[in-house]
Amino acid sequence: MPPAPADPMVPRSCRVERARRETADTFTLALEAPPGDGGFAFAPGQFNMLWVFGVGEVPVSISGDPTEPGAVVHTVRMVGAVTRAMGQLARGDVVGVRGPFGSHWPVEAAAGNDVLIVAGGIGLAPLRAAVYQLLASRERYGKIALLYGARTPADILYRRELRRWRARSDLEVAVTVDRGMGGWRGNVGVVTAFIPRVSLDPSNTVAMVCGPEVMMRYAVREILRRGVAAHRIHLSMERNMQCAIGLCGHCQYGPTFVCREGPVFGYPRVEDLMALWEI
Amino acid sequence: METLERVLGEHPFFEGLEAPYVQLLVGCATNVRFERGALLFREGDEANQFYIIRRGTVALTVFVPQRGPVTVGTVGDGEILGWTWLIPPYHWHFTARAEGLTRAIALDAKCLRTKCEEDRVLGYELLKRFAHILEQRLHATRLQLLDLYGSRA
Repeated sequence: MPPAPADPMVPRSCRVERARRETADTFTLALEAPPGDGGFAFAPGQFNMLWVFGVGEVPVSISGDPTEPGAVVHTVRMVGAVTRAMGQLARGDVVGVRGPFGSHWPVEAAAGNDVLIVAGGIGLAPLRAAVYQLLASRERYGKIALLYGARTPADILYRRELRRWRARSDLEVAVTVDRGMGGWRGNVGVVTAFIPRVSLDPSNTVAMVCGPEVMMRYAVREILRRGVAAHRIHLSMERNMQCAIGLCGHCQYGPTFVCREGPVFGYPRVEDLMALWEI
Repeated sequence: METLERVLGEHPFFEGLEAPYVQLLVGCATNVRFERGALLFREGDEANQFYIIRRGTVALTVFVPQRGPVTVGTVGDGEILGWTWLIPPYHWHFTARAEGLTRAIALDAKCLRTKCEEDRVLGYELLKRFAHILEQRLHATRLQLLDLYGSRA
């Protein structure tokens, strides 16, 4: 795992290199490292704390390509004051960046296995980084399947990339929406319904799942039903990360701090916690 | 070339069904093909078939005044399409349209209904299997109603 900066509480000032609108409420920012800074090494699944000066700081998964040096890429959904302010940023504006923090997808450890990726909504963002890494050394893996569910056709992220990935013969991609509209001729239905249809060897499959917690719960249920062992299933949990180094306790999830031991967990680690209503 | 016996006999939906019953189903089965945009059935029509989709995608749509046809679900490779043939008054609830070239096996449900009445074991075996489909569809619909993707930042 790449090392965190020397003082993890001190943000680096980074300029916006590109800002791109993905959907009505989601955008992608590419940030360039300060001159002489050494760039942004990270592992897929990790997150940065992004600071809009004068407004506040939020945790955001890294959605870019870990094999490409240069700008660090984040896809952000506008849901609060900080992310809405971030959505107004343009090329040349400056944000504070702390990170990368947290655990990562077991992309390296999955070598030699089939890989099942199940993403829902904005959950595709941290998994995109994993897909990049998988495809960068495609020959090291068996079958790879990406299942992605969005709310409506207008909410689908990374359309061009998904089209490109669908055209590959070595990657199975299924995109589905909960509500079909606007001339959509693709799949309509929940993403979990596609898990039984994927062609994988369950005894030799590593699964990576990210999306709303309820979706992950049902996705895990289907993956287990396919015969994939619990320890081969990995989830990215979302909590209120603030310090990002396991000090403040805002992201406490049972006995764990999501910022430090997560956000990516092996399913056995969170299985009991996911069944509790109180946390 | 795959025979209907082999396709039906190996389909997970019919797993565990005794060979004579599979043979009976084969007798009610026909290979069918739909071009893109073709209607498999229309809302309100009599439900006298069900389908095993072999290749392709079928959209289930409902017509909403002022909005036109709205797709509420799709059924794809290997899936079963149609269960209202089992439940009176045997009318389709939605319109089904092929989204692309679709190959399927159509089963004559009118014939099967009679055979199910005559042979309650067959009836129960099919009902169990369709109950599973219904459970899956109900569960999926409930998840869709939760509007899961509306709240994650």
